[in-house]
Order: sequence, then structure tokens, then C-alpha cells
Amino acid sequence: MSTHAAELGSNYLTNGFSLKSWLLTKDHKRIAILYMISITFFFILGGLFAFAVRLELLTPAGDLMEADTYNRMFTMHGVVMIFFFLIPSIPAVLGNFLVPLMVGAKDLAFPKINLASWYVYNLAGIITLGAIFMGGVDTGWTFYTPFSTTYSNSYVVLTVVGLFINGFSSIFTGLNFIVTIHRMRAPGLTWFRLPLFIWGHYATSLIIMLGTPVIAITLALLAAERSLHLGIFDPALGGDPILFQHLFWFYSHPAVYIMILPSMGVISEIISAFARQKVFGYHFVAFASIAIAILGFLVWGHHLFVSGQSVYAGLVFSVLSMLVGVPSAVKVFNWTATMFKGSISRETPMLYALGFIGLFTIGGLTGVMLATLGFDVHVHDTYFVVAHFHYIMVGGAIMGYLGGIHFWWPKMTGRLYPEFWSKLSAGLVFIGFNLTFFPQFVLGYLGMPRRYWSYPDEFQVLNVLSTAGATVLGVGYVMPLFYLTYSLAFGRAAGDNPWGAYGLEWETTSPPPTENFHHQPVVTGEAYDYPSLEAKSV
Amino acid sequence: MWSDFPLFPRAASTIARDVDALYFVWVGISLFFFFFIAALITTFFISFRRRAGHQYGSAGDLKTLPLELTWSGIPLVITLVMFGWGAQVFFEASRTPADADSYFAVGKQWMWKFQHPEGVREINDLHIPVGRPIKLTMTSEDVIHSFYVPAFRVKKDVVPGRYSTVWFEATEPGRYHLFCAEFCGTEHSVMIGSVYALTPEDYETWLATGDTGPPVQVSGAELFDQLSCSTCHQGADQIDDGIRLARGPHLEGVFGTERTLVSGSTVVADESYIRNSIINPQSQIVAGWQPIMPTFKGQVTEEQINALIDYIKSLEVPQTAQQNVVAPPNASNAG
Repeated sequence: MSTHAAELGSNYLTNGFSLKSWLLTKDHKRIAILYMISITFFFILGGLFAFAVRLELLTPAGDLMEADTYNRMFTMHGVVMIFFFLIPSIPAVLGNFLVPLMVGAKDLAFPKINLASWYVYNLAGIITLGAIFMGGVDTGWTFYTPFSTTYSNSYVVLTVVGLFINGFSSIFTGLNFIVTIHRMRAPGLTWFRLPLFIWGHYATSLIIMLGTPVIAITLALLAAERSLHLGIFDPALGGDPILFQHLFWFYSHPAVYIMILPSMGVISEIISAFARQKVFGYHFVAFASIAIAILGFLVWGHHLFVSGQSVYAGLVFSVLSMLVGVPSAVKVFNWTATMFKGSISRETPMLYALGFIGLFTIGGLTGVMLATLGFDVHVHDTYFVVAHFHYIMVGGAIMGYLGGIHFWWPKMTGRLYPEFWSKLSAGLVFIGFNLTFFPQFVLGYLGMPRRYWSYPDEFQVLNVLSTAGATVLGVGYVMPLFYLTYSLAFGRAAGDNPWGAYGLEWETTSPPPTENFHHQPVVTGEAYDYPSLEAKSV
Repeated sequence: MWSDFPLFPRAASTIARDVDALYFVWVGISLFFFFFIAALITTFFISFRRRAGHQYGSAGDLKTLPLELTWSGIPLVITLVMFGWGAQVFFEASRTPADADSYFAVGKQWMWKFQHPEGVREINDLHIPVGRPIKLTMTSEDVIHSFYVPAFRVKKDVVPGRYSTVWFEATEPGRYHLFCAEFCGTEHSVMIGSVYALTPEDYETWLATGDTGPPVQVSGAELFDQLSCSTCHQGADQIDDGIRLARGPHLEGVFGTERTLVSGSTVVADESYIRNSIINPQSQIVAGWQPIMPTFKGQVTEEQINALIDYIKSLEVPQTAQQNVVAPPNASNAG
């Protein structure tokens, strides 16, 4: 099969070299690459803001920058990382590239909308960057009122206009995935033969479609309140500042699952491929994704436990939030069981997947802790929360993203990455991550509030550890940028299926042709049917 | 050495021990599951590593349904048990003891202002006696702040336009950090104060040496006169020739009762209602009265409103005058 590319002489990368052939492409694979470039840029930007924050916190006194500068730094770190990296990363890059390949389709259902989503994303990015370079925004990424509507003297409206627009790129992507998964599956590819990556993206797309309009409305109301003083959220005008928090978290809590569910899909693919096993309890893992997506909409009130909401509302939100832990635990147990009696190889994607399980387990357990009413009161808005959501969102989404990038790199580029450097980078990321964020759990229980520019002396040692960890983590994150770029020119040719993995995307050439498959694939087996693959290759 | 590298905060309130117990059990459960998963993965990673000529086994040897039910059921049970316990701790922490001493707190960019029932005012410091339940009634002058004393394990948002309450009973004398935990602007991180828990004797001494104004209730009563609230909301027995002179409802015994408004809806006369009636009096007129009260917006500070509330709370229904309270004047009389 690897001779196809040579015979046809063309794949999606070589199908036109002009700038126009890229900027006006309707090929989902090219759009995925365009997204990868934009998203990498925002990841670096968000990382630089994070590093500024960690450097400031090296000493208890706020001595590196002004308080206002610091407040803008952590806000822009949050805004850029969440809205321009974590939410779009896996769906827009890996999802865009792989969803049509995995379901055996020629492209996504709406190729032009897909291209539009990239332009909308960049337009939103430029507007938000505009706000940043004009001086930034200091409200925190949560934009709590009435600070954001009345008291902040930063570029709040411009920022939320950027985020409002950005929501459309999410919606375009989600819409495309849902229609493609429903309508364009290859013959024989029934719902329960779909890869779990597709299930993860399907669940995510449902959240995107139902949740994103709510944040768009919320941000529009915020901009209106700030510009026109309508009295929606401002108590001085009869508004309710807590209403904003309800509206905001109705989307922004499910947004965490937008980040984590695709990543879980990636992990299922990697573990089964490198253990040469069917994913254990396929149906349970698939339904766990849907359960998390649904439950995720019912838990936003745990962000308001200390806001003065009623004790009974607290009870309901607490028990629902804790229940999300159950399908999450099911997934972890299933991934573990998938390795049982497998034939496990130690390639880089597998290291990322195992790292994901470790970090996700810590993030998940502390999440259930935080949902516990009596406990949350003490650590609410402290570094305990900061550590928790970084374990889930960064540990979860970025480990999945990097693992996925390494796993499918040969498919996307036709080249293998250098093994030594990639393993080193995976190790540095894991160690650096834990050194950065684990001390923050302790800091939080000690009582250090989040978003502090200076802090009492006794918190210093743990902050120094955290900053040291961030340095290691930064090195780990930057390395792939170099060795992956290097591999584009000097990497070994990958072949169509370097991992011996099962799935439609591995049945076409690397890189795939523009139309994805030379012949319409027909699916006859269950997902992850490694025994049959083995039988074929013998 | 551990003073530079603390791993655990001081526990200095009656609730702290309950929260810590919850924490330790959770940490125990988390460690167990983390190491359980880590041990399984490590074992599998080593025992099932890929070898040349390896015969593929299958996890399909495991029975799916019983395993799935087991590892869904165990987390579910643990979760529900811990939920129940956490809820119980939360209820305890939310239920203010009836005999708690009533203090007021106002958050403002970027300071904490406190009023003791005895009349002492403090900024950023709060002195309290140990062994007494203290109830803080809190509001904000501008943005949302959050009152947080880690050593007491208490935290409550302080929201403009509303009142929130928090209570705690210090068990150990000492000085404790008071943080603002909700981002509130430029100097959020220096909106730091101290809570001084003193023995009851030391507290009395401190009160005596401090700059004590009149008790909050008394200054509330003075304000009530100064602002001429008493002109309309005067005592229930001010009746001249059988015609009631009052142009507004009497406030004796009103606090905490349900009021029927002109719109027909009802509202409980709590702190927020009274505050709103002072700042924005036209919005919630009690049925049977004319909307004639002027706003006091901008004329009274949040602390003064607190004092007024404390005074109104203290007003009790005079035994002899109860029948007059329920009889509003007719409209022509009041107009």
C-alpha cells in the first residue's frame, strides 16, 4: 500500500504549493495544519504569560512588575490558553485531520464552513491580541461583574468581542463533526464500530453546540452592560452580579469537558494501539463520554458554593458534581484493563498516554474533593483550585494533544519524529508538570488565595518549587517545536502504518491523498480488532 | 525548619477540625486510588512489554460486566458517603448559632472595615474573643470580595447590594491572616488583614483601651433621628385625635417578618430589604402606603446602613400598641 503515494505522485501536502492553495483550501487536513500553526502561536504566547506570572511569584514581594501588570498577565494567560488553545486544540487540529479519515469520508460535511472557522478563529485572535497590545485586560478570564462592568479600566469590551467571535469557530467545528459523524460514515461503520476518538469528539460537539451560544449571550450582555449601563449585572442599577456567574459557568464548566473529552478519545486510541488490544469495555467508555457531557451541564453551581447561593442549591450541585467522577473513574479503570495481557511497546505516544492517566487521576480525585461541600469552602479560590484545574485542563488536554500529535505525526507528515528527543521531552513534561502544580495543592490548603501578586513569606518555598517546575515544564513543551520541525526535513519516512495500529486512518497512505482514500473503505470488523490485524499480517 | 516550609495551616476554630478530618480522609482515599492505578499500570507495563514472537493474549479473558459494575459501584458508594459527610460539615458551618455576637463587615477596594457590636470600628484588623460564636454580616461598597480566614476554614463572598453572613468561633488565641479571596482589582493581593483572637479578658481590656464610639445600635438610633426617619416611621402610639400621623409603616417588630407589597408579591424584611428600602425606596412599597419616601442613596455609607439595620432589628413591638401596627391609614390621609 505504501507504493500508492509514489504511483499517484500526490498527497494532500504536495497538492499545490502556492500560498493560495493553502489559504483557500477546503481540505480538512490542510485546515488542520493551518489550525496547528495558529494554535501553536497562541500556546507560546499563553506560555510566556504563564512564565511571567511564575517569575513574579518567585518572591513574596511583588517586585518584578506592577500589580496591574501582573493582573493583566494572569488574565491574558487564562484568556489565551483557554479560549485560543485548550478549547480548540484537539478538535481543531487532530479532530479536523482525523474525523473524516476515521469515519472513512472524503472530507467534513461542510468544507467551506470548516475553512471559515479557521478565519473566524484568527480574526477573533487578532481582536483579542489587539486588546492585549493596547494594554491588556485585568479582570481574570472569568470577567466577574461588577468589577468587569464598572471598575476595571482595561480593554474588557474589546476582549469579549474577540471571544464572542471566537465562539463561532467552535460552533462551526462542532456542527461539522456532528453532521459528518451522523451522515458520512463508511459502509459497515456502525455507531458501535466507531473509534472512541470519534465518540469523544461527538460528545464534545454536543457540548459546543449547546453551550457556546450561552457564553456568547453572556459576553454580549457583559459588553452591553459595560457600554450602556443597563443594570443587568450591576447592583447599583438594580442588577444581579451573581446572575453573571451562573450564566458564565453554565458554559465555562462544560468547557472543561470540551477540553478533556477529545483528549480521552486520543488516549483510548493510543493505549489500544500500543498495547495491541481492544479497548476494554468499549461500550462503557463510549457511554461514559456521553454521560460526562450530559452531567457536565448540571454542575456549574459548584463554582458558587461560597457566593451566598442557598444551602440546598449547594447540595444539588455538590452531588451532581461528584457523580461526574464515576464515569471518569470508569474510563481510567478501562484504560488500565486494556493493558492487561497486551503487548505493550514504549513509544512516546504511550508515555504521554500513561502520563495523562496519572495526571488525570490526580486532577479527577481532587475534583471530587472540591465538589465536597464542607471541604470546598476552605480551598475555594485558593491555589488548591489552581492546581486542580491545571491537572485536569493542562495535564489532561495537553498530554492528550502532545500524545496525539506524536501518534499521528507520521500520518500527517509521512515522517517519524526522533525517538530519543521525544521521550526526553515527554519525561520533562511529566516531571516539570508535577513539580509545578503539586506544591500548589499544599499552598491552597495552607490558604494562599489565587490571583495574588504578592503573598505572605511562609508561602515562598512552595512557590519557588512551583516556579522551578514551570521552567522544566517550559523546556519540555518547547522541545517538540524543534525536533518535530526538524523531522519534517530529516525524519525517517514513516510508511503507512508505523505503529501497526488498527483504524481506517492507517489504511490509507502517509500522508493521505487529498481525497483521503484511493478506494471507498468498507468496514467489516469491530473497532480495535487487533487480533484480526495480527492474523492478516502473519 | 517547618516554619519556612509549612504543609498544614493552623486550625483555630470549632469548624477547622471537621474540615481537616474531611481533608485527611479524602487525601487517604485519593492516595489509595492513585497508587492502586499507578501500581497496576507499572505492573502491566513491565509484565506485558512487547517481545519478539509474543503470542497475543487478550483482556477479553476478563469478564466485562461484573468488572464494570464493580468499578462503577465502588466509586459511586464512596462518592455518596463523602457527599453526605461533606454536606453535614457544610450545614454545620452554615448554621449560625442563635447566641452569636453580631459584627458587621464592609469590603471596599481595598480594605476591610469592621464594626463591633460595642461600637468599635476597625480597618483591616478584627479583634474577637475566643470561645464566643461571632456572626459577621457583610456587604461590599463596590465589587465582589471574599472574606477568608484560612485558620478558621471559613470563606464567604461579600457581594455589593446584598448581605451575606459568616460565623466562626475561635478556639485558640492568636493572630491569623484575613485574605480577600475573590479577585477585586489592582490591590487585591494586599487586601490582607489580621484577625486577632483574644482571651475574653484580653478582649475586654482591648475594648476598654480602644477608641470606642457608641454601640452600633445606639449610633443607628441616632442616625434614625438625624436622617429624620423618625418623622414618618414614628412610634406606634403617635395618634392624635384618632388619626394616625405616621406617613410610613412603623418598624417595630418588622424585621424578619413577611411584608406584602403594592404589587401583591411578598418579601421578607431582611437586611437586603431594609437596605434596598433606604437606597431605592420606590422599588418595594408595602401595600397600603404611598410611595413618598425619598432615597438616601449617597447620603449614607454602608456602615451607617449597617447601624440602621442593627437598630431596626432591635425594635420590638410594644405590648400596648400591637393593634395599631396592623392598621394602615387610608390613602387620602396619607396622600
